[in-house]
Amino acid sequence: MYMFKYVMKRLGLMLMTFAIIMVMSFVLIKLLPIVVPAQVGMDARIQYMRLEARGYICNLVMDEKTNQVISFDYVPVMKQFWLYIVRIFKDGDFGIGVTLAQYRNQPVWDVFLEKLPPTILINVYSTIIGVPIGLGLGIYAALRKNKWEDQVINVIVILLISLPSMVLGLVIQYVFCFQLKWFPLTMQSGYDYFSWPMFRSMLPAVFSLCLGSIAGYTRFTRAELSEVLTGEYMLLARTKGLTKGQATIRHALRNSMVPIFPSILSEFIAVLSGSLIIEAMFSIPGVGGLYLDSITYQDYDFFMLLSGFYTLVGLTAGIVVDISYGFIDPRIRMGAK
Amino acid sequence: MEQYTQIPKEKFEFAEKKDVSHDKSLQTKPRSYLRDAFSRFCKNKGSVVGAIIIICLVLFAIIVPFCTQYTVSYQDSYYTTTLPKLHLFENTSFWDGCEEKASGKTSFLYYFAMGEETGHNAVKNQKYTYSEETGLYTYRLDSYQKNGMIYKNFSREEYEALQQYQLDSGKQVIYPMVPVKSRPQAQQDSNDANYYFQTSGSNKTQIVLDEEGKVIPVYETWPVKGERDNGYHSLRIEGEDGFVNAEGETVWYSYARRTSSGVECRINYYEYYIYNHTQVLKDGITEPYFVFGTTGSGQDILTCLASGARFSFLFAIAVAVVNLVVGAIYGAIEGYYGGKIDLVMERISDILSAVPTMIIITLLKLHMGGSSQILVLFIAFFLTGWISMASSTRMQFYRFKNQEYVLAARTLGARDRRVIWKHIFPNAIGTLITGCALIIPSMIYSETSLSYLGIINLSSGSITSVGTLIAAGQSSLATAPFITMFPSVFLILLMLSFNLFGNGLRDAFNPTLRGSEG
Repeated sequence: MYMFKYVMKRLGLMLMTFAIIMVMSFVLIKLLPIVVPAQVGMDARIQYMRLEARGYICNLVMDEKTNQVISFDYVPVMKQFWLYIVRIFKDGDFGIGVTLAQYRNQPVWDVFLEKLPPTILINVYSTIIGVPIGLGLGIYAALRKNKWEDQVINVIVILLISLPSMVLGLVIQYVFCFQLKWFPLTMQSGYDYFSWPMFRSMLPAVFSLCLGSIAGYTRFTRAELSEVLTGEYMLLARTKGLTKGQATIRHALRNSMVPIFPSILSEFIAVLSGSLIIEAMFSIPGVGGLYLDSITYQDYDFFMLLSGFYTLVGLTAGIVVDISYGFIDPRIRMGAK
Repeated sequence: MEQYTQIPKEKFEFAEKKDVSHDKSLQTKPRSYLRDAFSRFCKNKGSVVGAIIIICLVLFAIIVPFCTQYTVSYQDSYYTTTLPKLHLFENTSFWDGCEEKASGKTSFLYYFAMGEETGHNAVKNQKYTYSEETGLYTYRLDSYQKNGMIYKNFSREEYEALQQYQLDSGKQVIYPMVPVKSRPQAQQDSNDANYYFQTSGSNKTQIVLDEEGKVIPVYETWPVKGERDNGYHSLRIEGEDGFVNAEGETVWYSYARRTSSGVECRINYYEYYIYNHTQVLKDGITEPYFVFGTTGSGQDILTCLASGARFSFLFAIAVAVVNLVVGAIYGAIEGYYGGKIDLVMERISDILSAVPTMIIITLLKLHMGGSSQILVLFIAFFLTGWISMASSTRMQFYRFKNQEYVLAARTLGARDRRVIWKHIFPNAIGTLITGCALIIPSMIYSETSLSYLGIINLSSGSITSVGTLIAAGQSSLATAPFITMFPSVFLILLMLSFNLFGNGLRDAFNPTLRGSEG
């Protein structure tokens, strides 16, 4: 019961935070000057109709003969927000692209869904490669603590963690794509995500992403496992006759997984958001690029949707970590007084 | 053991003559917390190395902008993607501003002829190897000389000033003109002043050689006795009294061609650059000399990098200080008073920390479009940065506020303010300093990535950032990798050293580790 209450409380708090952030973003965006993609010689009436359709103004009164606008009212921002919410829940309508030329008049949600697969794929590949290698190296380093293997792994980990993903990406791009020509420079265009050439063109980005996470997991696992290995119950396990391998796998590993597993879980959720830099560097047609474009061209509907998406992903990842502790380790009772 | 069993009574005596003993005052000097931390820090070799690298980087950022002859706003349209060169290595084939090149005969002769004409060798030391097998010439192409000659228009006064400079310094900047009819016809070559020799072929780009395998110059000449001022003007270089041409006539070279706005000259860009910067602009530049090379738009990388680094450091330290102050005060209030105040303040910081930084920056940027981007970045980093400081201060306050010594201070009548700042806050200093040390690289990193992504554009006028440099270099990664290399190396060193330094600092400020490291 503790657990249920705790989860509910966390979920409630999360939703509240999310709502507040969204309201703030929406208000701040709608207070900005309206971006009107005007063309020379365009009918003024069309401009105003468009503004009305986008929800900025209402009660548009026109003079039919002269085609002049007589009067209109601005819609209050909070009412706009209400309409926005209603539209989302009633029709699943997140608005349409306005200033982003290639997505003009297309539903924002459809474009978003179209951009999602590359981002997710690249990050899933990176997690699939990164997690086992990271865990493996971490376990190995912890078992050979303070031997030369451990030192070598430590140095590599410190180097990789300090390497900014930007520099790492550049190095990979330069060495593997320019010099050795193993991979194409940027990701292939098209929607055939599971073909071999596509996979190959994704690999540099995947490597740039996963090297960092390998280093992170290695360090984390090594720290946790080497702490657990010094525990007294490990000594007991050895004295009762288990071999070192048995004791490590059955007792030490399982205990060290308590803090490691939630972080893996949260990474699986965070894969949705991806990395803006890597996507920009390897021209991956993903969500990150769309987000950057929406900022550059000030397409507010895209910006709202993607901001909400990123916020939600971040919040969910955080909450999953907290809650999963309770499920993994029964000794931890979340929210217990 | 035997000998100790029977000790006579006289052998025992009191340690003190009096039979009461008082507490002695401590003989050894007390060790302060900071001293203790410092000595523990020094034991960790990695972090000392980190600290030394940081000091070097900071010195680099402070000193170099004063030492270089260039400024951030300096640009040159000819010296673009110029290779790094250090005078020290001039005679080696490393860091000498040259690139190894293998090319066919036409392209090789083009560069080789430059050195033949002026003595400014585009082919380093005019040395090359020719391979019979491939038909390729291998040589080191000097990127400081490969511009060779350019055509440039001058006004009458400028032209005379340049002539005067030549006479005064004895350096030759202006070289004989090539008549328009003898220049190559191809669009891209007709304005290339390096074709001073005879060419043939349909496009007039095949180089004609004489019997000795040398190019044949096609300078505009004028007979000594003929009418001189016919569009082409002469410059008398001392000792040059004309020469006898194939027809047995004494002729002079023509050094300029009259145009609608003045005269057009054929000048050696290397010499002209020196003249222009020392005599005309007088901006302290003595010669083209780029230790780290130049970017695609002709900026000096060394200067840009150092200025960018200086800006980054200053900016990060300023943000860290503001974050530290605000976070400490906020956290202290939260932690000390607790209860409802804590709950409300904690919710506020919770919500703020959940907003992705990207959204904050974008919204700020859109709303503050007119004001400087530095301010936008500052506010954005401030909005999210202080939260971690506040939470670590809060934690320390929860740990210490109910301890006996705090209660004792309260009983003795200390006010809240005194208890907070004098008794509890010093406990949090260690974690806060560590937090500061770790926040500086992360700030520089996010500033770099934001300017790399182009969301924030910090390079305006005399300010630039490391991220802008990297982004600018990425487009020419294939041809000029050094443009991205230097900023990247800087960034790597910075992150690495701060990581090492921060880890050492964290251990140093943790007194529970005392003695455990052996």
